[in-house]
Parts: sequence; C-alpha cells; structure tokens
Amino acid sequence: MALIELKKITKIYDDTAVPVQALKDVDLIIEKEEFTAIVGPSGSGKTTLLNIIGGLDKPTSGNIIIDETDISTFKTDQMIDFRLHNIGFVFQAYNLIPVFTAKENVEFIMLLQGVEKEERERTAVELLTAVDLSDRINSKPTELSGGQQQRVAVARALASKPSFVLADEPTANLDSVTANNLLDIMEKLNKEHKMTFIFSTHDARVIKRAHRVVTLRDGAIESDVITDNAMANAN
Amino acid sequence: MKTYFLLAWRNLWRNKRRTLIASASIFFAVIFALLMRSMQEGSYDYMVDASVSMYTGYIQVHAKEYWDKRSIDKSMELSQTRIGKIDSVKHVTLVTPRLESFSLISYGNVTKVASIVGIHPELENKMTDLKSKLISGKYLTEKSRGVMIAKGLATVLKVGIGDSVVLYGQGYHGVTAAAQVEVEGIINFTLPALNKTMVYLSLDYSQWLYAAPNRVTTISIMIDEAKKINEVHVAVRKLFDEKYEVMMWSELMPELVQSIEIDNAGGIIMLGILYVVIGFGIFGTVMMMTAEKTREFGILISIGMKKWRLSYVSFLESLFLSFIGV
Ligand SMILES: Nc1ncnc2c1ncn2[C@@H]1O[C@H](COP(=O)(O)OP(=O)(O)O)[C@@H](O)[C@H]1O
Ligand SMILES: [Mg+2]
Repeated sequence: MALIELKKITKIYDDTAVPVQALKDVDLIIEKEEFTAIVGPSGSGKTTLLNIIGGLDKPTSGNIIIDETDISTFKTDQMIDFRLHNIGFVFQAYNLIPVFTAKENVEFIMLLQGVEKEERERTAVELLTAVDLSDRINSKPTELSGGQQQRVAVARALASKPSFVLADEPTANLDSVTANNLLDIMEKLNKEHKMTFIFSTHDARVIKRAHRVVTLRDGAIESDVITDNAMANAN
Repeated sequence: MKTYFLLAWRNLWRNKRRTLIASASIFFAVIFALLMRSMQEGSYDYMVDASVSMYTGYIQVHAKEYWDKRSIDKSMELSQTRIGKIDSVKHVTLVTPRLESFSLISYGNVTKVASIVGIHPELENKMTDLKSKLISGKYLTEKSRGVMIAKGLATVLKVGIGDSVVLYGQGYHGVTAAAQVEVEGIINFTLPALNKTMVYLSLDYSQWLYAAPNRVTTISIMIDEAKKINEVHVAVRKLFDEKYEVMMWSELMPELVQSIEIDNAGGIIMLGILYVVIGFGIFGTVMMMTAEKTREFGILISIGMKKWRLSYVSFLESLFLSFIGV
C-alpha cells in the first residue's frame, strides 16, 4: 500500500486579482522509504504541492490519501493533530523557536505529543547526535550556523516519529558544502531510520542526491524519474 | 506546563528594553494609583478632622430627642464622674460640655436670631481653637458675665467691644430668658454659617440665664484617630442608657458624608481610567510581541501546535509582564 497517494490534485488561488492555477490534475504516489525530490523552476508549484501533502493547505479539487486515510476532508484541529503525529516538517528558514536551545526545540514537539520528560530528553539527545550536533545540544538557534539550524530542524522533524518528512527547499539558504552535508544526514536517516523524505529544491547539486526526481512545470508533472542513486542505495 | 511557562518567560525577555519599559510603566501607574488612593483617603480623614474640629466634634452625646427638637427642655444633667468616664474611654482626647439654644439678640433697632452657646472656655478652645479666632476684646473665662460674638453677626448688629446687647429667649421649662450683656470679644469664623450666628457665653452664666442650673444640651467628644470612631462610639454608647443619644459626625453632618462620597466616586472613576490605560499598555506590548512572531506562530502551527496553546503562551506572557510591573 502506498504511503501517499495524490489523486487529480488541482489548486487554484482565487483570492488574487487574477486567479492562479498552481497545480493541474497532479497524480502522484509516494512509497515508504523514498527519498524524493520535487523539482522545478520557481513558481512551478513545489511549495503548493508540499503544503497540500502536508495538510497546510487544501486542494481546490482532488484527494490526498495518507496511510489509507483521506485527509482532504479534515477540519482544522483534526488536521493539526494529524500533522503533529504523522508528518515531520523542515522549512526553508527560521524553523526553530529562538528562545529555546537545540534540545528544547527538539523536545518541544514531543511535549506537544504528550511524551514523558525522560523519553523526550533521551530522544532529543539521540537525534541531535544523529545529526552531528551532540556538542551543540544546549546552544540557542542564534548561536548556530544556518546548516546547524537546519539539522536541528531535521532532528525535530524526526522526533515526532512521523510517517514521512516534508522539507521545502531546506538547503535554499545554505552554501553547497553545508547543503551536501545536510543531504548526507537526511540520506543517512532515510537509510538507518527508514524515514521517508520528500524535499523540494531547484538546486542542481541537491537534485543529484535524490533517489527519485519529480519535476513540475507550470503546476503539472513534467517527468518522474528514478535515479541511479536509488540503485546505489538499494541493497 | 513548565515548558509553556519557560517559553512565555523567555519570549518576554527577547526584547529586554521593551519589556522593561512596559513593566516600568505598569509599575509607575500602579504606584501612582495607590498613592492617589491613599492621598485621597488621607485627605478625607483630614477633611473630617478639620470639619469636626470646627464645631461638632467626632461624637456628641445628647438627651434623647435633643437633636431633632433642639430645645433646652431636652437638656440633661450630667455629673462630673459621668463626664470623667467618657474622658477615660480609649482614643478620647477631649470632652467638652455645651448648653446650646437659639435666642433673639438685639442692639439698637436691629434684632437677629442667634445660636447662643454656653461653653467651658478652656475646653472649647482646646477643641475648636476658638481663642485664635478672637480678633478683638478678650477671651471668655469661666466666670465671665459677658459674650463673645461672631464678627459677621457683630457687623450686622453694628456692635463693638463694650457695647451691651439684649438676649431674649426661652429658658428651661418655658422660663423667659432675657438679659443685657456686654460684648467682651469678637470672633472671626471663616465659615459663614458660624460667622452670622454664633454667640458664646460661659457655661455657668448661660445655665443661670436659661434657668438650667447644672444642665447641658451637648457633650462634644474629640478622638485621636478618625478610624477609631466606631470603637469609641460603642464604648461611649455603653456609658449611657436609652434616655440618651450618642451620635457620630456622620449623623451630625450628613452633608459632609455626601460630599466625601461624591469625591470618592470621582476618585474611583479616575482609578478605573488609570487601570484601563495600564490595560491598554499591556495589551499594546503583547500585540507587538505577537505581531513580531507571526512567522514563528505559523511554523508552530505547521508542526502541530494547536492555536489555544499559542494563546495560552501569549496569555502567560501578558501575565508575566503585568506581574513584573507590580
Ligand atoms: N498564497 C498564494 N496566493 C496566490 N498565489 C500563490 C500563492 N502561493 C503561491 N501562489 C502562486 O502559485 C504558483 C506556484 O507557487 P509555488 O507553489 O510557491 O511555487 P514554487 O514553490 O515552485 O516556487 C505561483 O504562480 C505563485 O505565484
Ligand atoms: Mg517554494
């Protein structure tokens, strides 16, 4: 059974002067443990697609089925709860609560889930270690570099034990070394934690790292390719 | 729970200067409000004290019905021991007897109604500071056979020191009280009601004039602390049976109570306005803090934080802000 299934997703923004069709009849199936990049030029609909998968936005028409649940009809609070327990998010920037340390940021999402203090702390340290930040556990976001902040965000996304992680241009503010480093960590988590990652990017160097590349153009899927990386990582 | 407190608390200190300014303004507003209130309340005590020292005293004892009838027939005979007992009640500083009545006073062809008061000159002076209001002539003694007359009344009658006025009224049990007495002193009252009506005699002489030996109409009592009035009232009340009335200044001068109440209402309205201003100050600061964080809120909601939890954190922030100020 597919992890995520999008059926004929159309999104039209009509609160603007001229209605914008951001997505046109998008059909897409994502399986468990994929490491998929959604690519395409700016304005092609990547963010809109990720927002719809993540339940942050509703499609104008079409259905989204996640783990056999159709989330298209969810009410706001139901949706928030669903996100909290099923989806990890990494945004382009300013992911973290600035007044909390790295560890507190990672713990916070588990607090929202009602996880016990001890387990929260253990998981936070474990995940921060997994993203190579064992020495920055008690640093505030302002004391971390952009790449380190994004790694904390990845750790936080995993802390809620989601079914998959959505990352909208997670490397947009990073230089290529740091970006590669972040991709290394994501790939490692994909492999070792069997975590599904769906990330958008328009950066060629990042696209190269994906195992599957879904290309959007003007709101429609132009191509959908399984890359050599997938073969290399499959074992 | 603790984490939300921590989040609210740390959020508050993100912009230290703003938080300090906001809490300082709350601090000063609260100080100002308290100060205003205590000043206002202090000023009432002062007002009451000044008013009762003018004439009435804090508490008066009369024979029953005197206050309504104002007749010398409702006077009373009090022994020195009885008066001594009042004097020894805690917080009582002064007890002075009076024989008060209304009579006609004439000089030449002018006749007026005056308030004729027999007093114990020394005690009366201690209570109302009467001697200091004397502007000419000399102050009464216990043995005086003359009168002191208020300046306003003296002017209307056109009398001066050494002139003889005629008093004409009704004494105890309907006896006619009439006498020609010499003006020995002139007293200036700032209060027109007193300045137009007051005539003072020594208590002895007035008792003789009104054929009321040993009788007084009023015992006027001063106390050291306005707040102890109820306590003193209860104690004095116990010394007298139901043939007497023991009244507090608030019953003796209901108009004073009224003006205090009006002023007090004004003060409370001011206080209300002040609190509204403080409220808006807090509200504004929290609004700014919230506006700055829309993006952050967006992310928190995205990752799964419910809106009421965010509101809870914002609420805690404003609570903390107010408490720092206070
Ligand atoms: N909230 C919005 N309101 C109106 N139009 C929007 C909104 N968000 C995106 N769009 C439009 O939808 C199209 C797709 O945008 P987006 O999904 O952000 O693309 P990408 O992330 O690939 O740059 C663009 O034309 C954009 O202008
Ligand atoms: Mg985008």
